[in-house]
Amino acid sequence: MPEPQPWDDAAGGGAISGAGAGGAMDLAMDEGATLEKTPGGPGGTGPAGKPRSLWSDAWRDLRRNPVFIISGLIILFLVVISIWPSLITSLDPLDCDLAKAQEGSQPGHPFGFDGQGCDVYTRTVYGARTSVTVGVCATLGVSLLGGVTGGLAGFFGGTWDALLSRLTDVFFGIPVVLGGLVFLSVVTSSTVWPVIGFIVLLGWPQIARIARGSVITVKQNDYVQAARALGASHSRMLLRHIAPNAIAPVIVVATIALGTYISLEATLSYLGVGLKPPAVSWGIDISAASPYIRNAPHMLLWPAAALAVTVLAFIMLGDAVRDALDPKLR
Amino acid sequence: MSADHAGRHGTSAGSVLLSEGREPGPARPHAGGDPILEVRGLAKHYPLTQGILFKKQIGAVKAVDGVDFDLAEGETLGIVGESGCGKSTVAKMLVHLEPPTGGAIRYKGEDVTQLSGRALKAVRRNIQMVFQDPYTSLNPRMTVGDIIGEPYEIHPEVAPRGSRRQKVQDLLDVVGLNPEYINRYPHQFSGGQRQRIGIARGLALNPEIIVADEPVSALDVSVQAQVVNLLDRLQAEFSLSFVFIAHDLSIVRHISDRVGVMYLGRIVEIGTDEEIYDHPTHPYTQALLSAVPVPDPAAREYRERIILHGDVPSPAAIPSGCRFRTRCWKAQERCALEVPLLAVPAALRDVRTPARHDSACHFAEDTRVVPPAGLLETPEPEDAPPPPPRDDGEEGTTP
Amino acid sequence: MLLEVRDLHVEFHTRDGVAKAVNGVNYSVAEGETLAVLGESGSGKSVTAQAIMGILDTPPGRISGGEILFKDRDLLKLGADERRTVRGREMAMIFQDALSSLNPVLSVGDQLGEMFVVHRGMSRKDARAKAVELMDRVRIPAARERVGDFPHQFSGGMRQRIMIAMAMALEPSLIIADEPTTALDVTVQAQVMDLLAELQRELDMGLILITHDLGVVADVADKIAVMYAGRIVETSPVHAIYEAPAHPYTKGLLRSIPRLDQKGQELYAIKGLPPNLLHIPPGCAFHPRCPQAREVCRTDVPPLYTVDAERRSACHFWKETLDER
Repeated sequence: MPEPQPWDDAAGGGAISGAGAGGAMDLAMDEGATLEKTPGGPGGTGPAGKPRSLWSDAWRDLRRNPVFIISGLIILFLVVISIWPSLITSLDPLDCDLAKAQEGSQPGHPFGFDGQGCDVYTRTVYGARTSVTVGVCATLGVSLLGGVTGGLAGFFGGTWDALLSRLTDVFFGIPVVLGGLVFLSVVTSSTVWPVIGFIVLLGWPQIARIARGSVITVKQNDYVQAARALGASHSRMLLRHIAPNAIAPVIVVATIALGTYISLEATLSYLGVGLKPPAVSWGIDISAASPYIRNAPHMLLWPAAALAVTVLAFIMLGDAVRDALDPKLR
Repeated sequence: MSADHAGRHGTSAGSVLLSEGREPGPARPHAGGDPILEVRGLAKHYPLTQGILFKKQIGAVKAVDGVDFDLAEGETLGIVGESGCGKSTVAKMLVHLEPPTGGAIRYKGEDVTQLSGRALKAVRRNIQMVFQDPYTSLNPRMTVGDIIGEPYEIHPEVAPRGSRRQKVQDLLDVVGLNPEYINRYPHQFSGGQRQRIGIARGLALNPEIIVADEPVSALDVSVQAQVVNLLDRLQAEFSLSFVFIAHDLSIVRHISDRVGVMYLGRIVEIGTDEEIYDHPTHPYTQALLSAVPVPDPAAREYRERIILHGDVPSPAAIPSGCRFRTRCWKAQERCALEVPLLAVPAALRDVRTPARHDSACHFAEDTRVVPPAGLLETPEPEDAPPPPPRDDGEEGTTP
Repeated sequence: MLLEVRDLHVEFHTRDGVAKAVNGVNYSVAEGETLAVLGESGSGKSVTAQAIMGILDTPPGRISGGEILFKDRDLLKLGADERRTVRGREMAMIFQDALSSLNPVLSVGDQLGEMFVVHRGMSRKDARAKAVELMDRVRIPAARERVGDFPHQFSGGMRQRIMIAMAMALEPSLIIADEPTTALDVTVQAQVMDLLAELQRELDMGLILITHDLGVVADVADKIAVMYAGRIVETSPVHAIYEAPAHPYTKGLLRSIPRLDQKGQELYAIKGLPPNLLHIPPGCAFHPRCPQAREVCRTDVPPLYTVDAERRSACHFWKETLDER
């Protein structure tokens, strides 16, 4: 090794801390197009000497974003009550008294009673468990199945890719609700699993497309070529270079999809093919309450509001995550 | 430039016949010793297909169509050409990022185009690449230490695990970056610094050959010189052989021992920098050189510009005979019929000037198009300041 | 004077603070004159041009001070509608990337003709004829046959010619060309620059040529303004600056061009990096990279000193710089 270069620590440190932002800023002004190639955008400044990954940059962004904070708190609350519903209600959602059917708000029963005389507040709280379970499990299943197949198809290309593309076309052609009516009407189980299975079956092509596109984009980057030129194996290129860079769009779409899966479960349950009583679900409750909307609107209002807030929270979260991971959109 | 030039050499038709017995390609080995890399007839044709299910080939895009050159040990070969001439494809084939569709790349006498698996991996160690775009060539999710250290993970035999961190820090030092930056991420660096990281990665395996594809064209003017100096110094220190691909003719001249000029998938002229720049004999080289803007307003009056007409033909429909003839002011019937070989043209075989070098033109002649060197010299007064301090070190520091 | 920029300031508000992209720029262009604005990325050369054209993205950008006098009217005081009529009719811009500046779904004839329909109220048919005429003028072969072609059917050089034709269509008195040949190949660059210079002479327009290429500047410019960190550091007629730069930055740029007589030697390199616009160094912005920097450079912002009647330099030690060569 040759003799060490003279580098001045103080100046060097200063130069580098400015370099990120300076560089990004330069590009932003004179060559707008290149900005996209600068991951992290103008976020390069910061305390000198502190290495920051893009994930930590994104996290720093998220923490400052009020949309993220609000939606995050709502989701945290939902998750907590779906694990321990007894924290905020001491009643049993299936403990009903027909004599009290359709009665309005009273002490101890703030949301009133439904058509079967069950406590609407308790049922709404317990309904969160169903929704969160369906949302989370379906999203995990969809992401795993879609992410892996889409990612591999994008990476290897060729015949498998063509096959996958046609297959996703076929799945996109299936109307979700009609498919649900056909597929789920033959199922008799009252658990959440058939619904989750159905959502995964119909949802994975969407994620597969996103993952495929994202992998194809990332694959063309020179750092992947550089790894290839070094003699890196397929698995190294995929796991080390492509996956970490291609995953952001998948996370964003999956987060937004989570909200829509929750509403899909409610829709299917409303139509009578999703969850079936005695399961507790907002969709079932909305369905049961809808004939009485004029006389007893509270029966429909509370589960519907819970559903709307939940779906909205996940979609907002997805938006905030996208903004954080994709600074070029700003 | 006019047609009468062409007329004068219309009689030198023997050049092709006379040179037929010779293997096309650069004849004179350079810088002493055997070539470390011999490229013969290298080609990359991308098929053009029609139909979705039953694909039928209807033609081919001939991105690279028969390239020959030698690279001597310790030598820098510059390859210049305009966009679409295939120079980047050549670079990719040299480092096995693209399989050639024809020809051979002989590394120390062994054709490496057919290798795979372990043997390929071993060759890859010795031929490394520096990429053009410092923004896309570094994985944004990896630290600088991981990026430069990755070659050792792929080729663990080069460096035992325990010594890797030290090696990475040494490399950072060699390319003029502070070794303490090892845990930082690429986006914390500027373009020039990122390019240094890319160079350090290329050096990690101690390669013999570095293929640099436009390594400075994405950088700011004031930073380009720093990186060029770094490459120059590294070559001397590590006795590297360089293939330096660029479109900037003045930088190529500065760094190269020999220069090859590419047009539409082929090398049309190759020789030492003096031969190419001061005695170009191929019309395309002459046009290219004359078109380079000269940073001297006084040259406006001196220069004779050759303005080429028309556009470069599509590599899917290469003209017959000489591929430059559609834009050449010297073109004659013969140019459409005979492919000119890359060899010393017959007309110039007996001259004693540097015009005697390989040029794929039937009507090659020595025409100086760049203003004489003196015009571009900065007159240095007697008490000129000493030559600039060696400042290829850390950007942003005082030496 | 056709255009005069006076003490222009532009800021960008980013997540990490205020980036001062342009910090008091002064320059002027007369009819028939070519001013080259030379600078690296981030020097503010393009931002200044965008401010003149009125196409600066606000926000994040903000013009925080100064005047832009065009034919003695301050453009910054005009309303949006008035501004729009100035743009296109009296001044036009040519961009680096012709492909993304042309609408891909309209034929070039339609795009050229539209200028006449919108600004001159011509009929479609007349506008079409005008379009052919313009294409002829920028020497596009077989203009009559190609007028219906779409932008992607032209090569890069031809597209840039179409951009030039569009800019020239209404015979504006000022053209701003932002790196017009950077994306083109050398042999095509020469064609396009020649065309631009020729049309400029014919129409006696002012031309602001924004570039980082010292070679292009030397070929066509009358005078040069060198920008660094949002400021003009040197202005000069073109011949003088190449002979004897009066600012160390200009000098460094000129010396870092590989020259034939330096073959085999180390290239001169300006040390360090262009500054971060969020934290522009105090005093002279160039001082951390300047071989001549002294104490005063760290503290005092150099004004534009008068070197001679036509030259200005923002260096405390311009005299030394000039003499030392």
